[in-house]
Amino acid sequence: MTASTVDQTPGRKSGFGGTLLTLLAWVIGITMFFPILWVVLTALKTEQTAFSMTPTFIFSPTLESFKSALAQGSGYWHYALNSVITALGSTLVGLALAIPAAYAMAFYPSKRTDFTLVWMVSTKFIPAVGVLIPVFLVYRSLGLLDTRLGLTMLFTSMNLPIMVWMVYSYFRDIPVDIVEAASIDGASTAQTMFRVILPLALPGLASTGLLALILAWNESFWSLTMTDYHAATLAVYTASFKSGEGLFWARLSAASVMTIAPIVVLGWFAQRQMVRGLTFGAVK
Amino acid sequence: MAIVELKNVAKRYDSMPGRKGNEHANAVEDFNLITRDGEFVVLVGPSGCGKSTTMRMIAGLEHNTAGEIRINGQDVSAVEPRDRDIAMVFQSYALYPHMSVYHNMAFALELKKTPKDEVKKRVQEAAKILDIEYLLDRKPRALSGGQRQRVALGRALVRQPQVFLMDEPLSNLDARLRVEMRAEITRLHRRLGVTTFYVTHDQTEAMTMGQRIVVMRDGRIQQIDTPYNLYERPVNRFVAGFIGTPSMNFLKADYQGGTLKGKGFSCTLNPHQQSALGDSAQCSQCWLGIRPEHLHQTEASTGGGRLEGAVEVIEPLGPVTMAQVRVGETLVTAQLAAHLEVQIGDTLTLAFDPDQIHLFDIESDRTLGLETDPASSVQATA
Repeated sequence: MTASTVDQTPGRKSGFGGTLLTLLAWVIGITMFFPILWVVLTALKTEQTAFSMTPTFIFSPTLESFKSALAQGSGYWHYALNSVITALGSTLVGLALAIPAAYAMAFYPSKRTDFTLVWMVSTKFIPAVGVLIPVFLVYRSLGLLDTRLGLTMLFTSMNLPIMVWMVYSYFRDIPVDIVEAASIDGASTAQTMFRVILPLALPGLASTGLLALILAWNESFWSLTMTDYHAATLAVYTASFKSGEGLFWARLSAASVMTIAPIVVLGWFAQRQMVRGLTFGAVK
Repeated sequence: MAIVELKNVAKRYDSMPGRKGNEHANAVEDFNLITRDGEFVVLVGPSGCGKSTTMRMIAGLEHNTAGEIRINGQDVSAVEPRDRDIAMVFQSYALYPHMSVYHNMAFALELKKTPKDEVKKRVQEAAKILDIEYLLDRKPRALSGGQRQRVALGRALVRQPQVFLMDEPLSNLDARLRVEMRAEITRLHRRLGVTTFYVTHDQTEAMTMGQRIVVMRDGRIQQIDTPYNLYERPVNRFVAGFIGTPSMNFLKADYQGGTLKGKGFSCTLNPHQQSALGDSAQCSQCWLGIRPEHLHQTEASTGGGRLEGAVEVIEPLGPVTMAQVRVGETLVTAQLAAHLEVQIGDTLTLAFDPDQIHLFDIESDRTLGLETDPASSVQATA
């Protein structure tokens, strides 16, 4: 391909405009990534270097902050376990509820299906703080405050609308003929779902699950307000470094790194799995 | 094998998808048909005529809002598709993409908990019939369109159902493959003798495959008959125009003293045709229908019918040449000899036998002087 044909490629800007766009993309990318980079760098500094007013990029790295963040008294593993249980639990329960709901809406739509979908997602428009008091009072009466069950339920209901919407859109990509073929072949609704639809929607279900897991893992509002210690997650653990004795930037950063690390690693590995398409060749 | 009976079957949607208001809320109206055991019935009509809906009602994928559907005497209107003992081939093939060809074909039998040896035997039998044994380990995405079509047929075959339903199964194939598969499905039907419903919008497919053809339009049956009768004795102008390629030509004619006349044509009618027109109250005008293959070039002024006009299009097809001639306001298609010695713009005189014309009421479009009662063809007449 010659340079001139490259220039004519649709959607590709040439010359000054193109350079400007590239520059803009880099600026946005770096701006978004910088806080994460800075947290990692700070975590590797001593408290003194971390606290200095002039930002330092070159320093001798130390794992001191990680050691103290992981020290016995910090309770990292307790918080991490709570995060794993609530995030994983809410994801599994969410999928178990979202799959049949999305299945019904995708393959047996009624007049109200569209409305129901929009209504479900519209519940996400309400700021969480708006329902804090009623939820708190109900949880107090039911004894669910500072329990893993309570937090899991909150995470599930928080993510359910998005999960239903996502699973619904993956199901919609599966031709309805396949469901009909299965029903003529003698499959019950459950058999159609488990033997035909779910295997086809697996990449979609995996990405839905992963997103729900990330959202639940990173959730901090409900974790901070509805838990104290027993059910507290890594979000509470990270926040606890900003209190009492004052600010410890390096330790806070180390705690942050350890909070986000598991989910970043998981996302990295699951990436390829998520974008795989299976339905090609199903029809036509 | 089975006798399928549809009695006053109707399908009404609250609101028809893609249509405004309730103008055509009835997708199918008053559908009556009794098949013979092992018959090959083709449902044909333009898109939106209700042929697929009718088939989906037989399958149980749609519920009939009125009437009865009986398979071997049992009313199945409220029976789930899986309990109707039918197999269906979809236009899109609808193969399970995550299963191998073998498992696609075995799926129904596995659900029925058929012993593994039996499943294997039946899948291999079907694969042998369709010549797809070498594909059994492949996934659908690794198959060509024609191969997928065969697998879809195979999936229906292994079931050994009472009724086969085929919803435009060849429409995604290229023209050559379509002709091949057409013959193959016909052979398969002859071999297995299973009652088959076949939906198509292609009248050639309908004519070549069907033992009886149901012509539909706007949700209503127009005519149920053998291919020959549909061609020779269409009950109305729609059927006459739909069956046969190229389509029948229609000319608006005035009737006077035993002769039909119009701008550029005239035809002296036979006595029985005259009496048919004479019986009709509105006999001063009617539609004259003449098939392109019944027109031939003439020089002499013979009796019978003749028409005349300027040639606008000449299409040499090899064995024959199609010519389009402007007769009055109408463009008339004629199927003529291969070596047609005329140029575009020349005046062409064409003759036709009055016995081969069709006459239709100008208002109702119904065929005039039709002796048989079309309603009688609903019943199976062996």
